[in-house]
Amino acid sequence: MNLLNIVLALPLAGFLAVLLLPKNSAETIRRAALVFALVAFLASIGLAAGFSKDARGPQFATDVIWIASPEIHYHAGIDGLSLWLVILSTFLTPICILISWRSIDKRVKEFYAFLLLLEFGLVGVFVSLDLFLFYVFWEVSLVPMYFLIGIWGHERRIYAAVKFFLYTMAGSALMLVGIIYIYNRAGTFNYTAILEMFTSGKLAFNSGQEMLLFLAFFIAFAIKVPLFPLHTWLPDAHVEAPTAGSVMLASVMLKMGTYGLVRFCLPLFPDASRRCAPWIVVLAIIGIIYGALVAMVQPNMKKLVAYSSVSHLGFVVLGVFSFTQLGLDGAVYQMLNHGISTGALFVLVGLLYERRHSLEIADYGGVATAAPWLSTVFLITTLASVGLPMLNNFVGEYLVLQGAAQANFRWAVFAAIGVILSACYMLWLYQRVFYGDTPDTVASHMHDMNHREWSAALPLLAMMLWMGIYTASFLPPITRTNSAILEQSKMNVRFRVAAPQPAEYLSARKVSDAR
Amino acid sequence: MPAEFLPKSSDLIRFLPETILIAFATLLMLAEGFAGKRWSKGYAGMSVLGLGAALLAAFLAYQNPGPAFSGMLMADGFATFFRVLVIGVGILTVFASYRFLEREGAETAEYHALILFSVAGQCVMVTATELIMIFIGLEISSIASYVLAGYLRDDKRNNESALKYFLLGSFATAFLLYGIAWIYGLTGSTSLVTIRSVLTSHDMTPSAFLVGFAAALIFVGLGFKVSAAPFQIWAPDVYQGAPTPISAFLSAGPKAAAFAVFLRIFMTAFAPIGPGWEPLVWLSALLSMTIGNFAALTQSNIKRLLAYSSIAHAGYVLVALAARSETGAAAAMFYLAAYALMNIGAFAVVSHLSGKGDRFVSVDDFAGLSTRQPVTAALLTIFLLSLIGVPLTAGFFGKFYIFKAALDSNLVWLSILGLLNSAVAAYYYLRILVVMYMHEPSEAATEAEPLTSGLAFALIVPALGILLLGIFPSALLDFAGKSAVLLRR
Repeated sequence: MNLLNIVLALPLAGFLAVLLLPKNSAETIRRAALVFALVAFLASIGLAAGFSKDARGPQFATDVIWIASPEIHYHAGIDGLSLWLVILSTFLTPICILISWRSIDKRVKEFYAFLLLLEFGLVGVFVSLDLFLFYVFWEVSLVPMYFLIGIWGHERRIYAAVKFFLYTMAGSALMLVGIIYIYNRAGTFNYTAILEMFTSGKLAFNSGQEMLLFLAFFIAFAIKVPLFPLHTWLPDAHVEAPTAGSVMLASVMLKMGTYGLVRFCLPLFPDASRRCAPWIVVLAIIGIIYGALVAMVQPNMKKLVAYSSVSHLGFVVLGVFSFTQLGLDGAVYQMLNHGISTGALFVLVGLLYERRHSLEIADYGGVATAAPWLSTVFLITTLASVGLPMLNNFVGEYLVLQGAAQANFRWAVFAAIGVILSACYMLWLYQRVFYGDTPDTVASHMHDMNHREWSAALPLLAMMLWMGIYTASFLPPITRTNSAILEQSKMNVRFRVAAPQPAEYLSARKVSDAR
Repeated sequence: MPAEFLPKSSDLIRFLPETILIAFATLLMLAEGFAGKRWSKGYAGMSVLGLGAALLAAFLAYQNPGPAFSGMLMADGFATFFRVLVIGVGILTVFASYRFLEREGAETAEYHALILFSVAGQCVMVTATELIMIFIGLEISSIASYVLAGYLRDDKRNNESALKYFLLGSFATAFLLYGIAWIYGLTGSTSLVTIRSVLTSHDMTPSAFLVGFAAALIFVGLGFKVSAAPFQIWAPDVYQGAPTPISAFLSAGPKAAAFAVFLRIFMTAFAPIGPGWEPLVWLSALLSMTIGNFAALTQSNIKRLLAYSSIAHAGYVLVALAARSETGAAAAMFYLAAYALMNIGAFAVVSHLSGKGDRFVSVDDFAGLSTRQPVTAALLTIFLLSLIGVPLTAGFFGKFYIFKAALDSNLVWLSILGLLNSAVAAYYYLRILVVMYMHEPSEAATEAEPLTSGLAFALIVPALGILLLGIFPSALLDFAGKSAVLLRR
């Protein structure tokens, strides 16, 4: 049993263990969940350590038969694209457990069980190399999130949970049609084998089929991303979810969509992807600007962060469909960045909520005097989210814009407006919440961060700095995988895009240095 | 005494399950006459014993596969699959009914005898390879079912249910019989295999129009039995009015048997005119899924909701039939098994919670069940997730196989519409999950009695079955696939 299977199995084992614990021993349940999540995280660090820089194809791969007919395999493995997303999932789960320690006091057992089941589903999505297995995990991750929102959420939780479930379900129904269709043509669900068939020309779709299949997959992913105009479930789900749910949803679950775009849409349907790219990019740019503008006028902190996600994820989609090495690298890097910084924002908003029991910006003011450390942490996170150099988001946004500019300069111009707007809404939020007079209602509730909260926030801060300063720790495997995906997506393309060849860029030298 | 005077022993073995069922049913009727109320606790045990023996006999018959009674019956893999299914449904129904009958003070042997008769009729249906035998089996099963639907004589709804079921049911049976008569007139035979060979032979092919008309008549009759649109109107009223365990039984057993007949007739006898009936089934499948799912969206009575959902599920199975392939038939078989498990489970929970006289059968009565009875709620969650078609449950693989078969046969639009339909369906199943997990406990949940052992059996066995089939579906599917090949012979 290799390390990857252990990483996948640990959350499931934790889920079962928590289920078996007695209902009223809340403290034991929390500890058990934390231990399982931490061990899973440590094991996933081992994945990064053991990740070979030069090997081609998936690493830590396991391929055993699960169902004999139709032949479905448990086929798992990671490459540069999924490596960091797996670690992101295992990294955030312990943090979610820590921040829920006090705030979740009813039905503790179910909460942690669902949280671990969610982690299992998410890791599973990222490591699946079998189309069917991917679909199974995709759906499995839906159920715990539905319950997390629906049981432990705020007032309109039920509406939000059902909306979330139905949106995703409708999208994935189409994807299932696509998956079955591909199976009927290729005779296998094995993703690497299918790609090889494409490369060798054994399997080819005519352009009509390819377009329909592309749309079947794309809509499922676009709903999850979410791409404008399919984003309406997201503000509801984010606002109503408990803090841990918002964090997992924003940081990891949305990445299932963008991951799917990079992993499946580009290599499987290169022609259709390129034909649709201009339209998708327009939607992404609308999302960037629209999300930012709507975020600006939100009176509710969580809703503001939620709409900022729509904006940030627009960058990711833009990067993916720029079809440039830089854009794609930036997109993948931005997935991780968004996971860290938006996750941190939700954590901090959750801390504020635990103190003041309100998400309305108007109910706050002058928190900086009452809780200076909390304010400092929030400020760093705000700046990271805005895209200040030396912090993580800057790198991703820069690469995306550079890549977009190579593909079409106007795209970059419009997208850059989003960067400016993000500074507006984030800093304005910060100003209204943390500066000014401290009303008594805030002063009497506010206290600074305790050890448990620090232990949740510090790792996030450290990652923001690390990913902002020393990208060479993270980018090389991403770059290598992305270039393979781009290469794959150029195969069978009947017309070559006359895009300028991407110039060698700075971090390419860093890449070679790091080797 | 000439040797032909007695049936051959191989015939008797192949007919053993039905014989056992009828014998036990008769015994039960006699026992009631002699012992009356004194043995009322024992009748359920006796009927489980009979059903268990029949189950063993079904396996024994499978050890000696082949035709019986000059080819009127065929104890093959296909028959065994459905025999085991309908007998299993019978067993689960008896377990689910135990507490119900106790609560209503209506523990009679008559009830169990009727279930046994109905199951026996279904066994005949799924074994028969000849139209008259099919008809006889259908009648044995239906007449017992009509009585069961109105079992609580003093209950108004029971009476309404039984009357509707009986009137519309006999009307549909008349269609079926008329269709059989036409076919006999056109082909000179009631044997499915002979009909097929007449339809394929070149020198004596009857008029395509007339054969099509006969097939349509049979389709109407069977469409009613499986509650496929546009012949579904009766289902919500009957399922709502009938005693809850009987609703479970009706939606699983007779339906599976009727689908078995559907498969036998249309895949064997009418296989040559497949392109003719495919659009008919296509349309009926789409209508059933759409009407069932959209009507279920607005239901507040849970029995009615499950009735509409069962119409939709009949639609899914018809999709598999429209595929006109062995994989389609196998997918339909798998789905029917999965559906029987999850539906019996769901109805059993309803029966558990409803209280005397169906007091609590609204969706809102499930509110807060998860805090009062977490295990019951968790089991119902498994059934509902399976009905939605979430992976790692049997319902998911059922849907998957069906739509895979449909795409194999290039039914792309039907697959897309069907899967979108299942997303719609998710909404009303989620409503139950929502109230169960996310609302404060209702009166019903607070008053609910602890699970009795009989009910627990009728819940846990299907739940385990669903998970098992949801994680390792191949064994059952392989068997279904092998049996489906027999239809072509």
